[in-house]
Amino acid sequence: MSDRVYFFDEMGGDGSGRRAPYAEYGAWLDGEDVQRLHRVSQEAEAFFRRTGITFNVYGEPGATERLIPFDVVPRIITAREWDRLVKGIDQRVRALNAFLHDIYHRQEIIRAGRIPADLIAGNEAYLPEMAGFSPPGDIYTHIVGVDLVRTGPDEFFVLEDNARTPSGVSYMLENRETMLQLFPELFSRIPVRQVQKYPAMLRRGLAASAPGIAAPDPVVAVLTPGIHNSAYYEHSFLADQMGVELVEGHDLRVVDGRVAMRTTQGYTPIDVLYRRVDDAFLDPLTFNPKSMLGVPGIMDIYRAGGITIANAPGTGIADDKAIYSYMPEIVEFYTGEPARLKNVETYRCSEPGSLAYVLENLSDLVVKEVHGSGGYGMLVGPAASKSELAAFEAKLRAKPGNYIAQPTLALSTVPILAEQGLSPRHVDLRPYVIVSPQGIDVTPGGLTRVALREGSLVVNSSQGGGTKDTWVLED
Amino acid sequence: MLGKTAGGLYWMFRYLERAENTARLVDAGFRIALTHSSVAADEWKSIVSTTGENASFRQRHERYTSENVVDFLLRDISHPYSVMSMIEAARMNARLVRTALTREVWEATNECCMALRTTLGEQIADRDLPRALQTIRQQSALVRGALHGTMLRNDIFNFARIGTYIERAESTARILDVKYYVLLPSISHVGSSLDNVQWETILRSVSAATAYRQVHGSQPRARTIADFLIFSRQLPRSLIFSRARIAANLAHLAKDYGMDTASNDFSRTVNTRLDALHIDDVFDHGLHEFLQDFIQENNTLGARIEQDYRFNG
Repeated sequence: MSDRVYFFDEMGGDGSGRRAPYAEYGAWLDGEDVQRLHRVSQEAEAFFRRTGITFNVYGEPGATERLIPFDVVPRIITAREWDRLVKGIDQRVRALNAFLHDIYHRQEIIRAGRIPADLIAGNEAYLPEMAGFSPPGDIYTHIVGVDLVRTGPDEFFVLEDNARTPSGVSYMLENRETMLQLFPELFSRIPVRQVQKYPAMLRRGLAASAPGIAAPDPVVAVLTPGIHNSAYYEHSFLADQMGVELVEGHDLRVVDGRVAMRTTQGYTPIDVLYRRVDDAFLDPLTFNPKSMLGVPGIMDIYRAGGITIANAPGTGIADDKAIYSYMPEIVEFYTGEPARLKNVETYRCSEPGSLAYVLENLSDLVVKEVHGSGGYGMLVGPAASKSELAAFEAKLRAKPGNYIAQPTLALSTVPILAEQGLSPRHVDLRPYVIVSPQGIDVTPGGLTRVALREGSLVVNSSQGGGTKDTWVLED
Repeated sequence: MLGKTAGGLYWMFRYLERAENTARLVDAGFRIALTHSSVAADEWKSIVSTTGENASFRQRHERYTSENVVDFLLRDISHPYSVMSMIEAARMNARLVRTALTREVWEATNECCMALRTTLGEQIADRDLPRALQTIRQQSALVRGALHGTMLRNDIFNFARIGTYIERAESTARILDVKYYVLLPSISHVGSSLDNVQWETILRSVSAATAYRQVHGSQPRARTIADFLIFSRQLPRSLIFSRARIAANLAHLAKDYGMDTASNDFSRTVNTRLDALHIDDVFDHGLHEFLQDFIQENNTLGARIEQDYRFNG
């Protein structure tokens, strides 16, 4: 594949020399010995192990805590590139919140015929319980991760919006911490914008979204499904960094019309709950009755203005992959201007014409489940075998509405430190956004995920992906 | 602080303390097995008895050889009270209460666990045992050092310390109880010197052999050993010392929270009683009975603390 297709390398560009953002880093790199880099790289792994930065892998009882491989070569973005991205992200996130408010109220966008009604009506992510309710500040999605891919110097696309519970922000922070420990000299040499303010910004943003009933200094807590959840490290990291309690469902109960946590001194009301528990498990009285992870009665308290849940229940309707294909229309409808960030061309297999095209060109396309995530259940056509293609074709024909398809993108590459030295690998980028009544804040940086296997386009950590520190340069 | 967090801290430090105590017991047993091979099996058996785990030992092994006991007490992960199992449990609790710990305490605990997974990962030959025990001692000292050096002196610290001392009080009482017969006047007359082996195990098990000599000279006597381990206010592993530390931490909590508790009340009552006792009273009442009562009280105290501070609901 790599013989035929041209990939944009973010360090090397078109091959005529290093691109400008990497000039200073490259100069440093030229003075470095690959052996030393390998040694330092091993130190990084020891650092991650000691710190306990791990994720839990489901279905692997033997080695439940694993490290996400970290690559020591940073991904560098210029101030100009970043400013453009931030404008696009800001616009998109405003549209997402406006869309959510509309969908749970008058549904003007459907009345205007810009999206089909059955996109919402038949969608599991749509929660009727949210209809007619307005969360504080009309903010539904407080914490957003926008997945971006790049195909050329000025070509950025949104691959996915994560409006429910975007994960990975702890890696953004720990990767930077690791780089600061391993290569302190680089940071005095190169002006890299800081990401460390994220936890403070998050706490401020959450506190600012507290319901009217809250005291002047609102009580914030992080709700985790528990120590066995794959992202438990991140939950405890964020609670720790924000200086708030990390709670589980069994720490909480409804007391006097508030959701309260069991402390050593009795029950204390919570004003804002940053929940990392899915909608379905949030309230056994309203949703999945078997859930042990949530709080019985929290939805009633929420609707009565007794607590802010971040992100709001029902935000999943905005990051559904079927909705994604309408994002250009959605952005334009609510902001009155064309979308600054491009969508990847998307074929909805629910539409007969598109389905026919997809079946015809399966080996060139990436096919994803509408409700899937984590890189599970997707087909990368160019990398699939004949029998895999045939099997997927059968699934597609059986349930076309379950899938969307996109062309295989020529994802940009950034070098990693491979055994023989630097070698290009495909990357994506997830910047993190905090939305509060005070405004929208995009942390200058993000999580760069990298497909460690040569030629692979799948960057998910559950599928052999690693991460890199992401540098946004000062102007 | 969350009740669950208080409970997690309490148990984390109980497990760490117990792991350390178990390692110390193994160390004492090993010394005696080396120097007095004729009594080795009996000593190993009494060490397993001290941990209260004879039945589960018998399920796994027939004979009380040093190999079997060391394996059982240090590295058997199917045995929930082996050092390795307890360090894993301590780490699990540390993950649970990660937000209450400083980075230093968490990392020391995590590193302790990683180091012991390596050290205790394979069967330990006799010649490697001192080094393995040294690693356990060192790693747990690092956790303790991080705790004392980096944690705020607040409720978090109090619950950690209460867990430590509840465990320690029980451990010292058990060590004395398993050996109480050698301290009885009927066997070793008041004032007579004890069998070398026996007192050495007792004192080594609480890391107090040198301390004892400093305070009471080189001639060990039953009454003074019992007195030292029960009533010494200088010995950090004595019963009265542990009780005083629990009381001090409970008092700090009561003041901090502006809320007195049943456990604080109970602690004051039993301490007043203990303070008024003399070693003669203990022997008059019966050492074994005294220790049984003490262990019972200690369990009650632990259970009341658990309830008062809502560890579980």
